[in-house]
Amino acid sequence: MRSIYFLYIFLIYFCFGFFILEARELSIKQIEERKQADLKRLKEREKRGNKKFSKEITLSTKLIFLSMERKTPPVLSNLDPILDDEGFYGVKLAIEDNLTTGRFVGHDYKAEFHRVLLDENLKSEFQKLLNQGNKLFIVDLNEKELKTLFETSNSEEIIIFNVRSKADSLRNENCKKNLLHVPPSYSMLSDALTQYLVKKKWNKWFLVTGPDENDRKYADALKKSAKKFNIKIKKEKVWDFSADLRRTAGKEVPIFTKGEKYDVLVVADEKGEFGEYLTYRTWDPRPIVGTQGLTPTSWHRTHEQWGATQMQNRFRRESGRWMKEVDYHAWTAVRSIGEAITRTSSNEVKDIREYLLGEKFGLGAYKGVKVSFRSWNGQMRQPILLAAPRSMVSVSPQEGYIHPDSELDTMGKDQPESTCKF
Amino acid sequence: MIKFIFCLFLIFVAKTSFANLAYITNEKDNTVSIIDIKKNKVIKTVEVGQRPRGIIMSKDGKLVLICASDDDRVEVREAKTLKLKYYLPSGPDPELFILSPDEETLYIANEDDAMVTVVDMNDKMIIDDIPVGVEPEGMGLTNDGKVLVNTSETTNMAHFIDTSTLDISENVLVDARPRVAMFTPNDEEVWVSAEIGGTVKVINPSTKEVTHTIGFEIPGVNEESIQPVGVQHTKDGKYTFVALGPANRIAVIDQKTKELIKYLLVGQRVWQLAFTPDQKTLLTTNGVSNDVSIIDVDKLKVKKSVKVGRFPWGVVISPES
Repeated sequence: MRSIYFLYIFLIYFCFGFFILEARELSIKQIEERKQADLKRLKEREKRGNKKFSKEITLSTKLIFLSMERKTPPVLSNLDPILDDEGFYGVKLAIEDNLTTGRFVGHDYKAEFHRVLLDENLKSEFQKLLNQGNKLFIVDLNEKELKTLFETSNSEEIIIFNVRSKADSLRNENCKKNLLHVPPSYSMLSDALTQYLVKKKWNKWFLVTGPDENDRKYADALKKSAKKFNIKIKKEKVWDFSADLRRTAGKEVPIFTKGEKYDVLVVADEKGEFGEYLTYRTWDPRPIVGTQGLTPTSWHRTHEQWGATQMQNRFRRESGRWMKEVDYHAWTAVRSIGEAITRTSSNEVKDIREYLLGEKFGLGAYKGVKVSFRSWNGQMRQPILLAAPRSMVSVSPQEGYIHPDSELDTMGKDQPESTCKF
Repeated sequence: MIKFIFCLFLIFVAKTSFANLAYITNEKDNTVSIIDIKKNKVIKTVEVGQRPRGIIMSKDGKLVLICASDDDRVEVREAKTLKLKYYLPSGPDPELFILSPDEETLYIANEDDAMVTVVDMNDKMIIDDIPVGVEPEGMGLTNDGKVLVNTSETTNMAHFIDTSTLDISENVLVDARPRVAMFTPNDEEVWVSAEIGGTVKVINPSTKEVTHTIGFEIPGVNEESIQPVGVQHTKDGKYTFVALGPANRIAVIDQKTKELIKYLLVGQRVWQLAFTPDQKTLLTTNGVSNDVSIIDVDKLKVKKSVKVGRFPWGVVISPES
């Protein structure tokens, strides 16, 4: 008799556990189930005979995804795995999307993935690719590496899509006619964040900058935004302790932040060397914003509006991990090329560039409004997400920031301020 | 005699109490709100499957079909009580669907797998999957049920499907993120709204040519927030109503000349629309303000708004009994 009760209890636990698994986001189990169901249906479909509508292929386009092998940095957080495939699945998914459209209009797409290894030379490898006649490049490189690409010959008749660097100089004094930028620049990110902080009336900042060059660039952009939106930076400090903070943060951070009057602690620490350890440890109870805490970004795992849930699910099903910013940029770049080719029925560099920088281009990229390119510097204009680690807080531009052409141009360098000359 | 009058009274009560109920799916609440349109009030809220979006009704008003997107299936419920009768299979993430005129076939757009799934209503089985563009959504059907138009949000196309062979006959490029396809009552045109493109394209279904592109300009409203989604035509061929999303307005368009007549201010982020059977009233779902606006079609005025659950998405109205 007793054993039956045990069975009941077991059953109840089993059911309960099952319900816990049924979260709103797809669990790994659900994704697996969907994969299985997809496979099963695919087989059944094959049995019924192929139904694919396809036109004869009239246009074939090849893209190159170029990235570099990197030295593994010291592990600073045990939470996030260090990825060496950023961008790959973004390109893969976008190629599939382009092919779906292409199938109906007779356009074919192909992507080749090239990774420059640590002991190889980027410039010569790139020259090889140019010599092979490749014209469309999706490039996952930093500012310095991007600049070396332009030291090669024949780099005029190609288009390069930057999917990583946020450096403002590439959008201004070092801009190039054939270099398009999908990632928001540091100044776009800082303006997006500042607009929100102004709305919250958090006008007094304590700015902490990390030791890296990128951190300084981020901080510079923040300072410019502060000036633009009339924010007072009460205190500025550089974090130059190199110790691993996991055990000592409780002692270091209160002293570091003591004695200042400010509303928010603004942090520029892209690698996350110390930013993560500021929260809950400041002398006064203050929120953290910037590269940690409330973060301005182009993509985040908490983003689910405007169809983003579909994108997140598709990406996770394909890759088994969350979509990162570079993945999103790569997806957007490849889809932009696809859109230009679909609309113009041409894969000539000249036509693609003209269409992308023209007024007609607009891509649905899960941001609620269309994204497009600024004709004066090749930067993609886009809404910026303001995300906390586990919730989407807001999306900039904030209400009330108006612009004669596009409210998206209230973030980053607008045409009159831009120093880019093609 | 008294008995007879009482009976008449009962019939009258029964009739009015059944007619003109609106069913609203609340995407983030996993519920359906039932509104009595005469009283402009929510009379009942019922829990349904996860992430309910598209909702339709059988012609006799007895069955309600709901896309439970996160459950990857379609729920069939009794209209009166909303009691679950059975599930229908679908592909992953069903979003919008449409019933054939004989109500024997259901065509479902599955947002997650680039397929239109065809389901036999009698066998409750999937007959076929038709590969379409990425993120299929809008579904329009001619009166005779011979031509199905599906829109794909990321591929930016309207796919014309021959329902006798379940094959795509033609693909028409439209503007970015097409959400809804709706045939005019005479089947001579199909209107396709493009949310990100900000336009409505009018396509001639026999030549597959775009005959008109309708754009919108609202003083004081940013161009980017004008995002057409829901489209409804009046049967008399006079008006077409287009929901403009975060512009918080309904555009009233002359169905013949395609000229704009008026904008009606409704709740925030308006998506789907439905007429009452007499076509005198139009209901809109306003996702962000969490309410439903009720519009007087003759006067072209918003009468009232009714609070419902979180993120109201789809709406269907029961036929006159």
